[in-house]
Amino acid sequence: MSTSTTSGARDHARAQEVTETPIAPPDGVDHLTWADVVPGGGYTHKVLARGSMLRLTDLSGDACAHVLLYNADQPWERLNVADTVKVQWNAYLGEGGLLLSDQGRALASIASFDAQHDTLCGTSAAGRSLFTLAAAKNGLTPRDLPPSLSFFQGVHVEPNGDLTVVDSARPGASVTLRMELPVIVLLANVPHPLTPDASTGPLEVAAWQGQATRPADPLWSSTPEGRRAFENTFAYLDAKGQS
Amino acid sequence: MITVAARSPWSAVVPRGKVLDIVDLEGNQAVDFLVYDAADTAHRYSAANTITAQRNIFLTTGSVLRSNEDKPLMTVVDDTCGRHDTIGGACSKESNTLRYGHHTRHQHACVENFLAEGAKWGLGKRDLVSNVNWYMNVPVEQDGMLGIVDGISAPGLRVSLRAEVDALVLISNCPQINNPCNGFNPTPIGVDIREIRDGR
Repeated sequence: MSTSTTSGARDHARAQEVTETPIAPPDGVDHLTWADVVPGGGYTHKVLARGSMLRLTDLSGDACAHVLLYNADQPWERLNVADTVKVQWNAYLGEGGLLLSDQGRALASIASFDAQHDTLCGTSAAGRSLFTLAAAKNGLTPRDLPPSLSFFQGVHVEPNGDLTVVDSARPGASVTLRMELPVIVLLANVPHPLTPDASTGPLEVAAWQGQATRPADPLWSSTPEGRRAFENTFAYLDAKGQS
Repeated sequence: MITVAARSPWSAVVPRGKVLDIVDLEGNQAVDFLVYDAADTAHRYSAANTITAQRNIFLTTGSVLRSNEDKPLMTVVDDTCGRHDTIGGACSKESNTLRYGHHTRHQHACVENFLAEGAKWGLGKRDLVSNVNWYMNVPVEQDGMLGIVDGISAPGLRVSLRAEVDALVLISNCPQINNPCNGFNPTPIGVDIREIRDGR
């Protein structure tokens, strides 16, 4: 196909479209609000409504999903990994765990968890470069990049403080986050900083509309710290007329 | 030596090559600490890069405080305490409500100190990241359980930091009264900027 003329170039460009295989929604879900497969070395980002469910899947067993979350309405409020581990009295996250902001609110809760993860080492230089791009596309700058957390490649802390790398998650490992506020999600799929030369496989991203945690849900009051985080989140939305 | 009153902030630029001493005058006083490249404050301390580079969560002599661009900002050249925290972050009015109850929302906190002191240098909320807690004891157990427990510091213990760049240092002499990081009684600390002596 000749590209020596504008019409030829247009025809050539139009002939390139490839129909991608859609990601199937989970049972009972009408449609996905976000579906993507991020290759190793890639990044993606999205603004998700409160109540959104975000499922990350390590398709090949060697993805590493570096994650940052911001309150979409005021992105100076963002994931605080120090508060997240300190308030929950644990360096590790699990099902029912909360991803806390610096304002004492829950940005997200963990709806299901079948994965290794790390809250301590942040991301690598490659991840920081990708976060810089993803942040820029949401009007944010490097000053808006706090330490991130990552899923699928684990780290364990020994009593003397040493870090050891835990076996990679198996292919198909996944984690599902429930958004408790409207959030900006930044995702970078690059090696964990403790294994910077590892190859990185594809990361599947799927989101759909669900429901934020409600007072009647067991998670709301499963810990006193978590209950107060939900209360703070509710009070914030209530005052804004968005409860 | 300058005395930083209990519950108060302090800040200064430590010129490259000089040493900042931080002295726990009365013992078991947490000192919340952030450091920025004075030439470009978007270049700042990264707990994650510091932890990753030394593959350990505790700071002591030889530890390098690394930046978000993975460059050295300061080096611990002497430490008579032995172990300091990188993962507990700063107390805030907001996190206090989660940890101790909504009734603590008007108590003073380190984030208040960081915001007030940082504003003098043009720093704002977005510039606050996970910080160092000198003299604070945060063990992590095998199952991941962690917490701020009784301190291992004592009166007169000192940590000495050599600046690897012109380093803007923000300190909050922690006002927390709801956990043992200050022995439930915040006390003054001493700070001094001096020439290096025999590598320390």
